[in-house]
Amino acid sequence: MRFSIYRYNPEADAAPTMQTMELADADITPDMMLLDALRLLKAQDESFTFRHSCGEGVCGSDAVNINGRNGLACITPVVDLAQPITIRPLPGMPVIRDLVVDLSQFYHQYRAIKPYLVVHDPEPEVEYLQTPQQRDKLDGLYECVLCGCCSTACPSFWWNPDKFRGPAALLQAYRFIADSRDQATAERLDALEGPYRLFRCHTVMNCVDVCPKGLNPTKAIGQIKKIMLKHLI
Amino acid sequence: MTIPVRKFDTLVIGAGGGGLRAALQLAQAEANVAVVSKVFPTRSHTVAAQGGMNAALANVSPDNWHWHMYDTVKGGDFLGDQDAIEYMCRAAPRLVVELEHIGVPFSRLDNGKIYQRPFGGQSQNFGGEQAARTCAAADRTGHAILHALYQQNIRAKTHFFDEYFAIDLIRDNDGCILGALVLEIETGEPLIIQAKTTLIATGGAGQLFRTNTNARINTGDGMAMALRAGIPLQDMEFFQFHPTGIAGKGMLISEAVRGEGGYLVNGDGERFMERYAPNARDLASRDVVSRAVATEIHEGRGCGPNKDYILLKVDHLGADVIRKRLPGIRDMVMTFLHIDPINQPIPIFPTAHYTMGGIPTNRFGQVVVPQQQGAEDIVPGLYAVGECACVSVHGANRLGGNSLLDIVVFGRAAGNHIIEYLKENRYGRTVVAQHSIDTALAHLARWDQRSQGVSNETVDGLRNELKAVMDHYCGVFRTEDVLRTGLDKVLKIEQRLQNVYLKDHSKIFNTARIEAFELENLVDLALATVASALARKESRGAHMRMDYPQRDDVKWLKHSLFFKGGQLDYKPVRMKPLTVEGFSPKPRVY
Repeated sequence: MRFSIYRYNPEADAAPTMQTMELADADITPDMMLLDALRLLKAQDESFTFRHSCGEGVCGSDAVNINGRNGLACITPVVDLAQPITIRPLPGMPVIRDLVVDLSQFYHQYRAIKPYLVVHDPEPEVEYLQTPQQRDKLDGLYECVLCGCCSTACPSFWWNPDKFRGPAALLQAYRFIADSRDQATAERLDALEGPYRLFRCHTVMNCVDVCPKGLNPTKAIGQIKKIMLKHLI
Repeated sequence: MTIPVRKFDTLVIGAGGGGLRAALQLAQAEANVAVVSKVFPTRSHTVAAQGGMNAALANVSPDNWHWHMYDTVKGGDFLGDQDAIEYMCRAAPRLVVELEHIGVPFSRLDNGKIYQRPFGGQSQNFGGEQAARTCAAADRTGHAILHALYQQNIRAKTHFFDEYFAIDLIRDNDGCILGALVLEIETGEPLIIQAKTTLIATGGAGQLFRTNTNARINTGDGMAMALRAGIPLQDMEFFQFHPTGIAGKGMLISEAVRGEGGYLVNGDGERFMERYAPNARDLASRDVVSRAVATEIHEGRGCGPNKDYILLKVDHLGADVIRKRLPGIRDMVMTFLHIDPINQPIPIFPTAHYTMGGIPTNRFGQVVVPQQQGAEDIVPGLYAVGECACVSVHGANRLGGNSLLDIVVFGRAAGNHIIEYLKENRYGRTVVAQHSIDTALAHLARWDQRSQGVSNETVDGLRNELKAVMDHYCGVFRTEDVLRTGLDKVLKIEQRLQNVYLKDHSKIFNTARIEAFELENLVDLALATVASALARKESRGAHMRMDYPQRDDVKWLKHSLFFKGGQLDYKPVRMKPLTVEGFSPKPRVY
């Protein structure tokens, strides 16, 4: 099985290169995930660098660009991929080394939407009540693993990563707006005003296409816009 | 070489649920707290916890903390410390409510309260009817809790050192811990984080085994660091094998699947758990179910062409229950097995899951060691919580749903105790002993050494060997011969590790170097595990000795303490709870 892999070590390399790497057919099993393959490649060449941890798609560490499409290596079956399998770091982010990118801006945008429940009322001694229907509204939102696949696939985020919050952060903004317990909707909406933070979304829908958890940030952004409109009139 | 120094009130090592809960407590009390984590916090392994967190809320079945306490003591085969268990079970309802208040999206009942599901080893009224005590956010409870705790820490402006790897603890001339030497992974630069108090919350060591449910990062770094600092590890022979890992792969299939009504069948289509646990059946405690599964396969009643797995049947639950309550499990089974559990049973096999042992602490999270005065002298300024610690609430076998509880209860308790400690030690010790820094730096420099000759040993090769040895020689069923062979093999691996050299000496994001440090840690923990298992000549909880099949309360109702270098010591179990009467050991049947 042939791979073409983005390699760059700023200490040693003047510029990034695409390196051909190979695994023997005997090493490939039908149910192998891309992460398994990357680890075998690292066993051949320990300097090959990428992040990974849980191996089952819940920690969000091993987001990479696979044959031109962002995804999590650990839940991407390798036999489905056209060869040579081309692996690059997530697009639009500064590369630290090989497939490891600097996600500071992505995390900054996440922190900027105040991703925590805000309640002004005094706390009861028991749980806040929430009906199953109210709770259902959080499905498709809270499951985000912050892998960065969506935001780094978004042309608006490529152009304005400092101003546009990006699909991942906006999905979380809506997660709190949609939570029946949260009491900061007005502030959250105010904080998304202006031409960039929210409204740079041009519904290209790359985010929906690549989300490894099957979430829909475009829809969440649409919902926020709808609520903003309601608040206006 | 001058190493930069940063100073904080508290250094928290590890950003899983335990570390983040403690950090939150501290940040809210306006202590100056630094959290060091080798991965971005939401990548910590708490994120993978599925089924839920136990608390006697009684939202679904009648319940109270005392019943929860009984189940936990019994589940741990009477090795748990009952003061800590009472403390945890009493605190549980309050802490679940607190998590709900900070935003955890728990599933809900029709009346709007938190949804609770039955889990293994839970009973009403001290061994009666099945209880439903596990508070759940579908089957992503760990994810929900970890993200909420991280979010609250963002709000509290906790100082994070993301992607820093802790090398070793540092101390003053009196032996008090004053922080750690850490390595910034991105730059390869060392940094000393000096702190009046240090909390280790680095999680378990599931990577000791080849087939495990754990993330790659679970290499027990904090436990190994403690060992190197002269602190013993407690009860390391007790390693939990989860009955339902995906066969041949290891991904966890939550106990929630059986809690929601799934059950196990063997190759004859028999619900065999009825033979092993007539009352609790598939919801007996994990050690019991794992042994039953292993026995069925061993005796030729497995499923499939090679009779090498057991089936977990769920298709009778109906699509609605599976979609609503077990969506993550369904995703995972579809991804890794290409089958839909709505229609097909899941092939499973017992899989290494949880480290019951760890750094000995009391119920305030303070690290305690045997010294001149007694078995439990406090190490001033050093704390540990969660899977890396042994407080011990899980005893010889942890109940499902008690680990998320453990991390928040003792994360919070340690945070509170540290706040008190800081008040009393405002002008605490400030002089780090040079020899302590030198030792840590020497350790750091180990992997800068370059090969002098030709050595074929690699970190990857040796790690694979170690994990295979642990699978074969320290698994579900153990004997003297098998363990002795295992110990020899681990000792040889320890020797061979001396001859491993890296080829990659780059400073920038050098994961080869991190993996080498992790392997050193794993080797130390493998020795602790096998040596403690070899010494314990009885069967209790997860530790099953075929040559000593009975529990022996006369000789072995005691905690093991393993020191680096190999010596073992023992200390009594705290059988006296805080306010209620203790539960005395009795035969454990489910």
